[in-house]
Amino acid sequence: MLFSPVPLHIPDGFLTLAISLIFWGLTVVAVGMAISKTNKTLGEKQVPLMGIMAAFIFAAQMLNFPVAGGTSGHFLGGALAAIVLGPWAAILVMTAVVGLQGLLFQDGGLLVMGANIFNMGVLTAMIGFGLYRSVLNANKITRLAVAGAGAWLSTMAAALLTSLQLWLSGTSSLQIVIPAMLGVHAIIGLGEAIITVAALAFILQARPDLLDSQAVAEKGGRGWIYAGVLISILAVLLSPFASANPDGLERIAEDVGFLERGLAAPYQILPDYTIPFLGETALSTVVAGIVGALVVLGMIVLLGSLLKKKEA
Amino acid sequence: MNPKTHTHPTSSYDLPPLEGDVLQISDLYFSYPDGHPALDGINLTLKAGEKAALVGPNGAGKSTLMLHLNGILRGKGGLTVAGIPLNEKNLPLIRAAVGLVFQNPDDQLFSPTVFEDVAFGPLHMGLPEDEIRQRVDAALENVRMSAYRERLSHHLSVGEKKRIAIATVLAMNPRLLVLDEPSAGLDPRARRTLIHLLRDLNLTMLVSSHDLAMVRELFPRMIIVDEGRIVADGPTAELLENQPLLEAHGLEKP
Amino acid sequence: MHADAFDRYYHAESPLHRLDPRVKVVLTVAFILSNALLPDGAWAAFGLAWLLILAANHFSRLGLDFSFRRSFIALPFALAALSAIFMPGGKPLAEWTLGPIQLIPTEAGLLRFASIMLRSWLSVQAGILLIAVTQFPDMIHAFEHLRVPALLTTIVAFLYRYLFVLTDEVMRLMRAREARSAALPGLKSGGTVFWRARITGNMAGQLFLRSYERSDRIYNAMLARGYRGQLRTLRAHVLTRRDWLILGLALFLLLFLQLLARL
Repeated sequence: MLFSPVPLHIPDGFLTLAISLIFWGLTVVAVGMAISKTNKTLGEKQVPLMGIMAAFIFAAQMLNFPVAGGTSGHFLGGALAAIVLGPWAAILVMTAVVGLQGLLFQDGGLLVMGANIFNMGVLTAMIGFGLYRSVLNANKITRLAVAGAGAWLSTMAAALLTSLQLWLSGTSSLQIVIPAMLGVHAIIGLGEAIITVAALAFILQARPDLLDSQAVAEKGGRGWIYAGVLISILAVLLSPFASANPDGLERIAEDVGFLERGLAAPYQILPDYTIPFLGETALSTVVAGIVGALVVLGMIVLLGSLLKKKEA
Repeated sequence: MNPKTHTHPTSSYDLPPLEGDVLQISDLYFSYPDGHPALDGINLTLKAGEKAALVGPNGAGKSTLMLHLNGILRGKGGLTVAGIPLNEKNLPLIRAAVGLVFQNPDDQLFSPTVFEDVAFGPLHMGLPEDEIRQRVDAALENVRMSAYRERLSHHLSVGEKKRIAIATVLAMNPRLLVLDEPSAGLDPRARRTLIHLLRDLNLTMLVSSHDLAMVRELFPRMIIVDEGRIVADGPTAELLENQPLLEAHGLEKP
Repeated sequence: MHADAFDRYYHAESPLHRLDPRVKVVLTVAFILSNALLPDGAWAAFGLAWLLILAANHFSRLGLDFSFRRSFIALPFALAALSAIFMPGGKPLAEWTLGPIQLIPTEAGLLRFASIMLRSWLSVQAGILLIAVTQFPDMIHAFEHLRVPALLTTIVAFLYRYLFVLTDEVMRLMRAREARSAALPGLKSGGTVFWRARITGNMAGQLFLRSYERSDRIYNAMLARGYRGQLRTLRAHVLTRRDWLILGLALFLLLFLQLLARL
């Protein structure tokens, strides 16, 4: 946790092989598509641009501001990258950043890197870009507001998915990890939103040509809007529903004690890699189902946008 | 006793009145975390109104010394600015007393407009809105950039950025102005404007520079620093005639 | 900040340093994979895995405790795994009551937690060693040989090249902000959290534009040297018989480990 204190980099050992491989699969598909798309839109300029942008994101994650009592706020940058660079380039940039962080600094594991890249790169691009794309022709205030909302939601969604991955791996109890993660990231997400909005406002003032509606629209089709909105809705619905204690969302990092709230339902930890059930609550089936649907749906919509572009 | 004269009435929001020397450094030692020694026993005093220049080869410790003046680096030894001793508790006050202008103006201009950048310091200090506006206007006037108030700092030239950077610090009404290589990278015209600007500013000043011609013109006192030590400290005119001394420390008479 | 702040390579003349970078990458991943496949509570196997790490440390000539000294575990996730101890199912070990909360650690939970920590700890050390005995450019080449798309590896190469430049800029920006973060006696300073976050956003935007425009200059420099969209690399790595031998031996050991764990 050397340079990027937003606590989303899962280390090796915390996710099962099955989950790791599933998300590697999804990430490989997303990155593969991103490579082919950026080849077409950016051409040969893409290499220095994306390389520098990756360095920018890494460096920007070191920016901090004092929050209260010695804690400081930081910034992940996935949403901002997606808005200013377009979703495909952003996926590549975040992949490079997460890859380097894991490889060089052991900030995030190697086997679980697929999950980390998906959470911090693909998901954030979907929501960050998807939501912004939907208000391209609105006035400046609206665009900035939606960008901020996208930044906050992308942080929450990443935290939610990380929690689900940890839970599905039998590493953490859902009723503990969800409120803890979401609580912390609800606040971190606010920092992300403000920084993203301020950065965007700055760029809009100094180089409005970079965020010209036409230019942004060309970087990603409408499919992103559907994907982004869908996942945002799911994240919003899922979070309080899955949380054992919806009021627990005001926790700050230092106060998180991971104290047990008395699990009512029996919980089996199975040594092989099946999904544990939370007993008689309908929660388990719904959550497991939604996770699968969420991921598959997202991919279908992305594929849809790819096919649409081919037609056009 | 405060020699500073800006073109606005004395503010009621200020540091405690100055008594004694503006700057007092005694036996300052500093080594970087990797062990590399940078300051090897610095002793320096600046009286109110003095204008002095730090000269010496690269790596001599000039910038390192400057970073101590507002507490960004903390070494062993005593440092008092405007009567305020440097310690953890006093850091915010020290930063109001010492205006440090870095070599690269890009490091200092991080707000969209010039106005916001110059206003950052006063805003952070919690000054009321009228006071802030007054200070920004005065600071911009002192650096002859009043017309640039609403401009985007991103679009300015190096010379213009340097002047705005100075303004960002003037707006805080410091007791001591510290500038790191102010004329570096400027074309002759911008340099000339900078020299006039510094000449007209009535503030205690400490500048580090390779530009000995500017030093001769503006700074009556010259302090030669080499290998973390002060090797000479005296009237500029005199020291510039001492050929062997200059040569020994990588300096050339302008 | 020093230019080598991001350097994690430690030079030595050792068999591990000389090993082909592809083999090193493959072995690291295989080791981490092996850890993931070891069942909870397979202490003998975990112990043997640790011996493998120690052996690797030895063969790296960087000191037996090299990876150990750097193997801190990311705390937030350790806390996340802590809740595994209290998951019901399995023999309860104690009953603790903290006010309204009841904590019941179970044997299975404890086993699980310990196993997660061990796997993580071992895998982190493998990663530390990998990056300590392989120079970063060689690492990039290894990934290219292993069929990672050239676009991605080149982006990472650029990222590494400009890492110091941009992080140094960030440090200087923050330092400049600190220099103007002052207070006067009797006045409340610092502004609101919201304002501070906004300033940070401005800095991010500023940094972004500078980086964006810098990439244009870099692109022009590349064009001036004949770049046309394809990146060529010079150093070809050749797998020697020794490399294959070590690869085979290590994989065999990992297989043996897996069998041992299931006996």
